[in-house]
Amino acid sequence: MLAYLVKRLGLAVLVALTVSVIAYMLLYLSGDPALAIAGEGARQADIDLIRKTYGFDRPLIVQYGDWLLKLLRGDLGVSMYFKTDVAPLIFSKLSTTLLLAVYALTVALVISVPLGVLAAIYKNSWIDRLCLAVAVVGQSMPNFFFALILIMLFSISWRLLPVSGSGTWQHFVMPAITLGYYAAPAFMRLIRAGMIEVLSADYIRTARAKGLPTHTVIFKHALRNAIVPVVALAAVQLGFLLGGSIVIETIFALDGLGYLAYQSITFKDYPVTQIIVLLLSVIYILLTLASDVANAWLDPRIRVA
Amino acid sequence: MPGWIHAFGWPDMKNNKALYVGCGLLLIIFCMAIFAPWLSPHDPYFQDLTYRTVPPVWYEQGTWLHPLGTDQLGRDYLSRLFYGARISLLIGASVAVISGLIGCTMGMLAGYFGGRIDMIVSFFVTTRLSMPVILVALATVALVGSSMWVVIMVLGLLKWDRFAVVMRSATQQVRAMEYVAAAQSAGASTLRILLTEVLPNVLPHLIVIATLEAASAILLEAALSFLGLGVQPPLPSWGLMISEAKSYMFFSFWLIAIPGTALAVLIFAINLAGDGLHQWLTPQERG
Repeated sequence: MLAYLVKRLGLAVLVALTVSVIAYMLLYLSGDPALAIAGEGARQADIDLIRKTYGFDRPLIVQYGDWLLKLLRGDLGVSMYFKTDVAPLIFSKLSTTLLLAVYALTVALVISVPLGVLAAIYKNSWIDRLCLAVAVVGQSMPNFFFALILIMLFSISWRLLPVSGSGTWQHFVMPAITLGYYAAPAFMRLIRAGMIEVLSADYIRTARAKGLPTHTVIFKHALRNAIVPVVALAAVQLGFLLGGSIVIETIFALDGLGYLAYQSITFKDYPVTQIIVLLLSVIYILLTLASDVANAWLDPRIRVA
Repeated sequence: MPGWIHAFGWPDMKNNKALYVGCGLLLIIFCMAIFAPWLSPHDPYFQDLTYRTVPPVWYEQGTWLHPLGTDQLGRDYLSRLFYGARISLLIGASVAVISGLIGCTMGMLAGYFGGRIDMIVSFFVTTRLSMPVILVALATVALVGSSMWVVIMVLGLLKWDRFAVVMRSATQQVRAMEYVAAAQSAGASTLRILLTEVLPNVLPHLIVIATLEAASAILLEAALSFLGLGVQPPLPSWGLMISEAKSYMFFSFWLIAIPGTALAVLIFAINLAGDGLHQWLTPQERG
């Protein structure tokens, strides 16, 4: 177990380092970052000043090394647009996005667990087809289009929820539904397939033969076993939801990390963009690490592979 | 790995209706795109400011002159919809080809050689998966400068992960086959084995993944354009049309509903065709 843990942790650190290189190098995609920050028609003197202030005149490897060392010491740099330290700026928004991701995950599970179970029990019936339709619509509809439909219905027609902004729980309802519905089909597919497999297992037949009531068999015996892979998927999906929240937060002007990322990109606030790319990647790396370690702990066969 | 392959994952759909319906819908959209100049009642870029936000024909104020109405600049919406299909299909196909070439090469090499090459490719895949696609794409497009070709290149360079994962495991299976050993002992070069023995046998998987990736690329392009950092005006990208109509959604929701539905139908058609193809091309995995 220890050897596996060390190996897996080493891989995570290596991946995080590679991502940090890519996140830093994003800056150079524009060609000359000093020129990009100064904007078109800037005087040469200003460009030179920017180059010197931000240290773009140093060799690339020195710039990256300096940036990384500061990161490791907890200095995330200064935002060019908001003129404040990046660290407090990002951590003040992180809770909103994490909250949204957790709500969305809850919505996804609330939709997908009952529908997945129903679809499996009534395999190939009209109920199964109906569940399929729900999954298909969720997978095919662009999530920003779905968000606009929700705004049209809940905010404009029925005046139940605020169109945009953040602060109260009402602001989270539509973003969470949009993101959750987007993530639900993957869970539904997994739960349906898992339930079908489990329901044909011998121990389910035994439980039924013993005369246990159907709901006990389905919820206590079958679902418990079918839900195991869902936990691993949940960790991965949570990472995707954090990334996917950029579109949703922008539509609803929900003041989280995604909206900040969008703002930093449009305002060419590179230090903030770099840190958000790195932070979201690191969260994903940690989530997959946790899920892998949990799996290895539960299933000894994985540790040797 | 069925989870990687199925779009909707209902493998016991009977008679492969999915393939017929999906391909039928796709064919209609293809025809819309190819014959856009002949089908369109108007020039999609022509602005007629006296005819702004005319509603579609099923509304009271609608007119057959503009069957789907006009947008906020008085451009015929049906014509823009037809020309927009060109953009979506072009992006889906180009991204699938670029990312397919990258991912397929990586996956086949990893699956065939194993060992160190496999480790390196797996590392690339893990790294790529850990970065949020939409955020990196947005940042890159904003830095390089947004245009349709930049969007295609960026998405193509980002979306090879699923190709690599599936091609790797498919190649591993094929590699263990006797005909590969036979080709090796006959003295065939590695490149020849990869192209004439392995590739034809992993092709079904490749095609299925390509359809799924095309659908996902179209959705990503729409999202980028919706955020104003993808395809630029006046091109009639469906995502951009939704974005431009946002300020008019209160009175003219159809400006959003029409391109939004078009996108949903296209994605639905591609995913359905992909599922159908999967059942048709790899029957042994139907389960």
